[in-house]
Amino acid sequence: MRKIGDLYKKYGTVVSLMILVAIVTILNPRFFTMYNILNIFKQVSINGLIAFGMTFVILTGGIDLSVGATLGLSGVILGWMISTGTPDYIAIGVTLVFGAVLGGMNGVLVSKVKLQPFIATLATMTMFRGITMIVSDGIPFMGLTKNAPMLDYFSQGKFLTVPFPMLVFIIVLAILFVILHNTVFGRGVYAVGGNEEAARLSSIPITKIKTLVYTISGLMSALAGIILTSRLSSSQPTAGMGFELDAIAAVVIGGTSLSGGKGRIFGTFLGALIIGVLNNGLNIIGISAFYQQFIKGLVILFAVILDRKSNA
Amino acid sequence: MELIMKDISKSFGDVKVLENVGVHVKDKQIHALMGENGAGKSTMMKILTGVYKKDAGKVIINGKEQEINTIRDSENLKLAFIHQELNVLREMSIVDNMFLGKELKNKFGLLDKSTMIKRAKEKLQLLGLDINPNVFMKDISLGYRQLVEIAKALLLEAELIIMDEPTAALTDKEIELLFKVIRNLRDQGVSFIYISHKMEEIFELCDEITILRDGKYIGSKKIKETNFDEIVSMMVGYDMDERFPKIEITPGEVVLSVKGLTKKRKFEDINFDLRSGEVLGFSGLMGAGRTDVMHAIFGSVKYDTGSIYLNGKKVNISSPIVAKKLGFGFITEDRKNEGLILDFAVNSNVALPDLPNFTDKGIVNDSKISKTVDEFIKKLNIRTPNQHIEIKNLSGGNQQKVVIAKWLVTKPKILILDEPTRGVDVGAKKEIYEIINELKKQGVAIIVVSSELPEVLGICDRVAVMHMKKIKKIFDIKDATQEKIMEYATGGGK
Repeated sequence: MRKIGDLYKKYGTVVSLMILVAIVTILNPRFFTMYNILNIFKQVSINGLIAFGMTFVILTGGIDLSVGATLGLSGVILGWMISTGTPDYIAIGVTLVFGAVLGGMNGVLVSKVKLQPFIATLATMTMFRGITMIVSDGIPFMGLTKNAPMLDYFSQGKFLTVPFPMLVFIIVLAILFVILHNTVFGRGVYAVGGNEEAARLSSIPITKIKTLVYTISGLMSALAGIILTSRLSSSQPTAGMGFELDAIAAVVIGGTSLSGGKGRIFGTFLGALIIGVLNNGLNIIGISAFYQQFIKGLVILFAVILDRKSNA
Repeated sequence: MELIMKDISKSFGDVKVLENVGVHVKDKQIHALMGENGAGKSTMMKILTGVYKKDAGKVIINGKEQEINTIRDSENLKLAFIHQELNVLREMSIVDNMFLGKELKNKFGLLDKSTMIKRAKEKLQLLGLDINPNVFMKDISLGYRQLVEIAKALLLEAELIIMDEPTAALTDKEIELLFKVIRNLRDQGVSFIYISHKMEEIFELCDEITILRDGKYIGSKKIKETNFDEIVSMMVGYDMDERFPKIEITPGEVVLSVKGLTKKRKFEDINFDLRSGEVLGFSGLMGAGRTDVMHAIFGSVKYDTGSIYLNGKKVNISSPIVAKKLGFGFITEDRKNEGLILDFAVNSNVALPDLPNFTDKGIVNDSKISKTVDEFIKKLNIRTPNQHIEIKNLSGGNQQKVVIAKWLVTKPKILILDEPTRGVDVGAKKEIYEIINELKKQGVAIIVVSSELPEVLGICDRVAVMHMKKIKKIFDIKDATQEKIMEYATGGGK
């Protein structure tokens, strides 16, 4: 079993994804078309971006439950600004900064106030959702992309034939990949998750690192919020509910250990794709939504069991 | 109970930890077991209580040879082991702790609380403790917890109680009470094996003493027929040959000055100077406060009052980050929890403190790391297949060299080594001493915290002896002997 575990660790996620794609394609060849694949990437980009941020947090041994609420709040702030006449490029910029600030708050609560990440982000999740309701009065901002060409580009835009959300998704992956694997900060993220005390005594700035990973997580949630708002052309106050769980699922399926210190952002990319292919493929095959839920749960369970085995 | 352990041997892999050791505890006796760290006391007691299996030898209880394979076996033979770090559940009551795993049930299969409380009370009163058994463990003092552990042993009708450093964290008052209880129980027929580093206690409390050194039996003495000096020399009696390749260098200027450093309950009024090219040893018993002082100097714990001067200038070392910038390096005592990230490869561990210096325009330069790490692997003779191996696969001695390498990479001006050779075999020890000498030649100011006296005498230029949170004496090494250091470390000395 150890051998299988080792192999799974290395190639498991890629192989799982390929097998999944093969099965769905055999059952319905319509799945494996350029149009549908681009579509999957578009759908995956929102959960994928959040999961990227979540990967940084989880690598330090933390968790961020507030990502869905941050997405919702960012979307509503964006909608409010645009519907009150703020130029869209400014509104988008402000929203990104706003998301980062929300994440930074989580970071300070965890690193300075030293709350447990689960508790801290559970509290801010509830608070952020509350603010969202207060700001929007529970009513969505509608028709946002009408006079906002840049915001519109976030859903309809294409660069060569590549949809803009997919492009954002890939570019962000590349940037975060370099940050995580090739910078001092990235090494610090692994060190904090691997052994916080040893990292601290090795003069690693753990407070800064912990604050930053939550900031990245907030920033990613805001970016995902912009894409979702753009796609719906409206900002729903309930947007993003439960997204934290899909993001955590993508990270875990991608092989990152919830105890921190071990994992890769490319794994999260594959994990998000697996969830996307499952959603899309099960639809295309015509499996009911109830079964889809069950199958998704099963996949997560298997991913975690195999991860256990490879660490035993 | 009369206990005889005879010709006990035990090896872990190739390492012989016990070689034909023995002890003879007589009925109604408090028998001290003494020896330096690593002498084999704990291993011997773990064999007696069924935690480890012996390779050879006999255990004879009340004249009958016994096989003890599990902790259960030892309990059935009425042996009890009270560990140094008490195994108490703080969030549970005294009575629940006492009956843990041996709870009494009534005829419905539910817990029989009233009987348990009654019996707990009985045993506690036997020790002269008038305390409500429903009080939580976290709400009573360490001394009381120790007594509760004894009461728990009595619940099992233990006839031989092994105590490992029971007074390490107790106040004088609590110690007094503990001793009273132990003497009372002895007079009622319970025998004790008492492990301690504190000489005065042993002379006050015990009837006989057995001394181990390096896994060998050195001798047993009636307490009345021996003295301080004899026991110390039995404990430390090494012959000092080439094990310590010391070099003589005239130390330079004072680099580090520590003045009046104090942290409540950890250390008090610590004063010393350290010169470049000098090795200052810190000696003392476990819990004397040495490690805490080092953490305070390195900025990893805060101190209350006092000041630290670097090259004559007052510095505020608020974190290890600042300490590193000022040129400090700290090789911590606890390799696994504080020194290394066990899942990281050798190279990642080595590069960790100095990462910012391995970058080009913000991007980590792995080939630069790789070159430096290879250099240090060669220089420190670290035995590893390659630098990409996870550190947890290396032996203790090689892991320790990695921890040292990690700080040498930062080119420290002041290097603190806390128990640098703990759990390291003799060969690697000598290599570590040679590294220290090399640094000394380069003018690095060095502090070595060590519980091994021969090591302190062998490699240090001066030695500060700590006892009960204070520096009691700073010796020039030519004036120091093991006996003198021991004397000050155990609270004696004028």
